Amino acid sequence: MQTRKFRRVYVWELPVRFFHWINALSITILAVTGLIIANPPAILSNKEASDIYWFGTVRFIHFATAYVFFFNMIMRIYWSFVGNRFSSWKAFWPFNKNMWHNFLHVIKVDVFLANEKKPDIKDISIGHNSVAAISYVILFLLALVQVFTGFGLYSANAGWWLPKMFAWVVPFLGGDFIVRTIHHATTWLFILFTLIHVYLVFYHDWLEGRGEVSSMFGGYKFVCDERLKQLVEDEEIEAPKDEEALEIIE
Amino acid sequence: MAIEKSVKETYYESIIKQGYSRRDFMKFATYIAAYMGLETSMIGQVAKSLENTFRIPVIWEHYQECTCCSESFIRSDHPIVSDIILDKISLDYTLTLMAASGHQAEAAKQATMEKYKGEYILCVEGSVPLGDDGNYCCIAGRSAKDLLIEAAEGAKAIIAWGSCASNGCVQAAYPNPTQATPIHKIIKNKPIIRVPGCPPIGEVMAGIIVHMITFGRLPELDGLGRPKAFYAKRVHDSCYRRPYYDAGLFAETFDDQNAKDGYCLYKVGCRGPMTYNSCGTIKWNNGVSYPIQSGHGCIGCSEENFWDNGPFYERLTGLAGFGIESSADTIGKVAAGVVAGGLAVHAVAANISKRKELKSRTSRGIQNEKKLDS
Repeated sequence: MQTRKFRRVYVWELPVRFFHWINALSITILAVTGLIIANPPAILSNKEASDIYWFGTVRFIHFATAYVFFFNMIMRIYWSFVGNRFSSWKAFWPFNKNMWHNFLHVIKVDVFLANEKKPDIKDISIGHNSVAAISYVILFLLALVQVFTGFGLYSANAGWWLPKMFAWVVPFLGGDFIVRTIHHATTWLFILFTLIHVYLVFYHDWLEGRGEVSSMFGGYKFVCDERLKQLVEDEEIEAPKDEEALEIIE
Repeated sequence: MAIEKSVKETYYESIIKQGYSRRDFMKFATYIAAYMGLETSMIGQVAKSLENTFRIPVIWEHYQECTCCSESFIRSDHPIVSDIILDKISLDYTLTLMAASGHQAEAAKQATMEKYKGEYILCVEGSVPLGDDGNYCCIAGRSAKDLLIEAAEGAKAIIAWGSCASNGCVQAAYPNPTQATPIHKIIKNKPIIRVPGCPPIGEVMAGIIVHMITFGRLPELDGLGRPKAFYAKRVHDSCYRRPYYDAGLFAETFDDQNAKDGYCLYKVGCRGPMTYNSCGTIKWNNGVSYPIQSGHGCIGCSEENFWDNGPFYERLTGLAGFGIESSADTIGKVAAGVVAGGLAVHAVAANISKRKELKSRTSRGIQNEKKLDS
């Protein structure tokens, strides 16, 4: 019995990895500061109010991080037009036949843990699988909700044109109260996403051993030889000129 | 009729006639200009407009309401305000305050509507019930909806006084049995100024009318149709307790030392951070105080649905459809717990279901490891 031959495939380019970790960090900061703003802890102090500013600082961190989160997202949208096949917007587009085939496969095998008698090598995704793709589309929509409601709430105090552009959101939804409630509730959806996302990354790494976790650091995933050869046959990727070249195929 | 005679008067003439001096008049002009957010050089223009402008006829309708807007208005802190607007100058029809009653009152309204078609201002206090053919609110045998549409027809502009006319207020609270409806949802083809608040501040009401007289047009409005001069800022942003908020010093309950020290009421449900109004700057009752200054949080009376956005004394309020006591946090925590539990079950199930796959992978890995030594 021998292990399969795996090859390194460069999946996540540097901007994608930067995006991922900046995004992860800013979501963490935004969620923590956001929950503090929503329900500040009781701090007893005998100082005068003029000597303390911690709550203002927490709010400042929240607003500053919101800008980082926003511009990071803009960068990622740009990259989805110039990056490789795995980061392209097409990889998130749910309207094609292969994607739905893969979607059903992942639901069956990875969510409901069915075992296939004849595993099809084609079902192994190189980038993210279709279920993951859809979860990122949902996350993107949630991020838009947070950007619109967040900047909407912020706009009344803002001096810059960018947050002011979102001033219409508050009257559109009917007032600060409902906007704030949406902003707050959506934070919990981010927390739920994070739980599931991190678990599934570990699950795939543990079960398949293809470097799922480390790929977001180094950019490489491991793909078995047969799968790559098949991709060449299907003319989805160009035939490598020599053995080593396979390693740097997209 | 008395109305026709007084129409020829300018605002100034009628103020002097009331027995006020020129000095009183100038004081009033200065004071109202300050409330409107105008600079001192504009006081002359305000005074001049009041001297030269003939009165604008006003019809003031009362529908589903408690008359607190009128009460607030007649208590605005400069006597000329109530005198010019209520006693003499403007009101051709207001069933609460006019001398005429019954058929006479209705006749006066009809006369104004005909004579000043396209010129008069329609002030509406109260919401309009649309349920059961509008039978929940009838005046002179006709439904409020019917009367509103008729009066709006020839109006130059409509002022929706108070939260009832602007947002529906308490009678529109869930489940809104009478289908109380704010004015802007019924009348679409007229400029509408929304002046929310339960009631709105008297000086705000006077300021809006004087603005229309002085400049001959509506004040600048925001996205919700509220005058920017009075509704551009949150109560929170002009609150004198704001430094406690930024310092993170909060009253935890209404009877703790923090509350006695005048700390921020954020955590006991103050709606100041979500409410756009001038309470923090203009205040109430001759600038004496306002709710937060009296130790009670803002309840957000000038915001839409403020009755349903309860309870008033909690920051994280219940979400509709999830039961009364469950806030977003309660639901979030339960959901996170359920998801975490589900993931743990999945992890266990995965190790059972995929045991063959894992076993063969592991044994192949171990074999490879052994080969390293050989």
